[in-house]
Amino acid sequence: MTTADDHITIKTPSVWQRMMANGQLRMLVIFVPPAIVVFTVFVMLPMLQAGFFAPYKWSGYGPAPWAFNEDTGREFGRWVGSQNFERFWGHSAFQTAFTNTLLVIAVSLLIQLPLALLLALMIYNNSRINTIFRLIFFLPYIMAEVATGLIFSFVLDGNYGLSKWVSDLMGLEEAFFPLAEKPWAFYSILAVIVWKYFGFHMMIYIAGLQSISREMLEAASIDGAKTVQKAIYIQIPLLWPAITISIFYSVLGGLQVFDLVMPMTAGGPSNSSHTLVSYLYNFGFIRLNVGFGSAVGVFLFAVGVIFALVYRNTVQRGQ
Amino acid sequence: MFSWKESGRIIFLLVVSSLIIVPLLATILGGFKSNGELRVSPFGIPQTWELQFYGEILGDAQFWRYLWNSFLISILTVVLTLVLGSMCAYAFAQVRFFGSRFLFNYLLLGLMFPFAAAIMPLFLTVRDLGILDTPWGVVLPQVGFGLAFSIMFFRTFFAQMPEELFDAARVDGCGYIQFFWRFTLPLSTPILATIATFVFVQSWNNYLLPLIMLNDREGYTWTLGAMDYRGEYAAEWNRTLAFVSATLAPAVVFFLAAQKYIVAGLTGGAVKG
Repeated sequence: MTTADDHITIKTPSVWQRMMANGQLRMLVIFVPPAIVVFTVFVMLPMLQAGFFAPYKWSGYGPAPWAFNEDTGREFGRWVGSQNFERFWGHSAFQTAFTNTLLVIAVSLLIQLPLALLLALMIYNNSRINTIFRLIFFLPYIMAEVATGLIFSFVLDGNYGLSKWVSDLMGLEEAFFPLAEKPWAFYSILAVIVWKYFGFHMMIYIAGLQSISREMLEAASIDGAKTVQKAIYIQIPLLWPAITISIFYSVLGGLQVFDLVMPMTAGGPSNSSHTLVSYLYNFGFIRLNVGFGSAVGVFLFAVGVIFALVYRNTVQRGQ
Repeated sequence: MFSWKESGRIIFLLVVSSLIIVPLLATILGGFKSNGELRVSPFGIPQTWELQFYGEILGDAQFWRYLWNSFLISILTVVLTLVLGSMCAYAFAQVRFFGSRFLFNYLLLGLMFPFAAAIMPLFLTVRDLGILDTPWGVVLPQVGFGLAFSIMFFRTFFAQMPEELFDAARVDGCGYIQFFWRFTLPLSTPILATIATFVFVQSWNNYLLPLIMLNDREGYTWTLGAMDYRGEYAAEWNRTLAFVSATLAPAVVFFLAAQKYIVAGLTGGAVKG
């Protein structure tokens, strides 16, 4: 005789129970939050705050611009709406900085990447001499921007270095100081940017070239393809994923140029060589205009994210 | 066998190489010249080797302090990034949990904008946490910005590990956390080395964050120190060149030794697309 009580029921474990087994849940609770918290507090929250601070005039004194200051009977900051945005947009130094930043990106894409590609095609084969060239070309990339900037402010100093040599050669009475002359200051920075970063892109291309199968190139050779034809019809098309990555780095890297500017020109002469970031540092941070600096930051954020999203969904689609 | 094409290639490569090496050589040699000689022959071999400028810098306790500060900040950044990043990426790779997709995209967002965009509120956050003028004021933001990219790399690497390994370990009663420490991490040394090198280089070379977070000269990193030195001896390039060479030399030696990992880091993302 059996009763209902005798039935042995085996319940399938719930999602919850399965997660508890093996300490899966415990692992998630311990492993995930620390990284997310640090990332949130030091990356995302400040960016979000920049959005909230942007419509205020605020020196950074007090907990927040909208907090009430009991000593003065007013808020710490003053609401100015879109004024901060209008102010930098109409500021000639900002317009120069923006143009300069676009110039950095243009030079990266039109001069630096083709140069890197050409060099990569020349030295991607693993021979001893190629390895040495690779090391040399990669050297500028691993040097600190500050050190690079100092070295080139010496090289371009009119009383010393290359600039003096060129001035003497051309028989100029007065020494030429490119870093103190208006268009030349930023052109010099552009040249140094190419000098410093082409090796980085070259390495990306070399890795891509080395993953292209040899058989295909050999087959092309047998069919009579020349080096240039092989490069144009086989190697560069197959390298396209690597090229899209290096374009992405060029644009996003171009938006952040700062460290090189400080030792070379610090934005001068007369604010002609600022980039977006050095503009932000000078007119936001140095002057403690938190609202204004945040507004510029929001602009920088928008440019970066819009570019990244559009790029991912168009050029890099399906990769 | 002589070929015009091959020699043309070598000549072009040599020209590009000399554009890189000549300024660097001039920097190292410049530190051995008197300022007067430097004006006359900036790129030549010194006529008399002046050891005084290098000597003064290497004998200066402040110089070593700069290097130590940079080193400390870099090491702390590396350790924290590796620990936090690998743990989080392990969770992403092992378990498809509620909200994991969202969290992953959230981290991806951190790779899409220049970190300088948030520099003003970041400064205030660090100030309000009371870690301004301490190594942590530079370390924690660096970790935050390094996490996004390191988690991407770690996750790809962890996801490629054979699942059988985990199943076998689980049969033997090994839990998720234990498996991470005993199997995942020891098997991940290549990716750990790659990310460690990458994070170290970035931290060692960083200028903007220390510039904003560190005010006290005692806490300066070497990049701040170099700029300070340049300001102090504006008229004497030979001293600045000696300073730059002295800081660059150990870094370049280390980076060349670790070159393999730096390149692996660069290309890991590139080849995958």
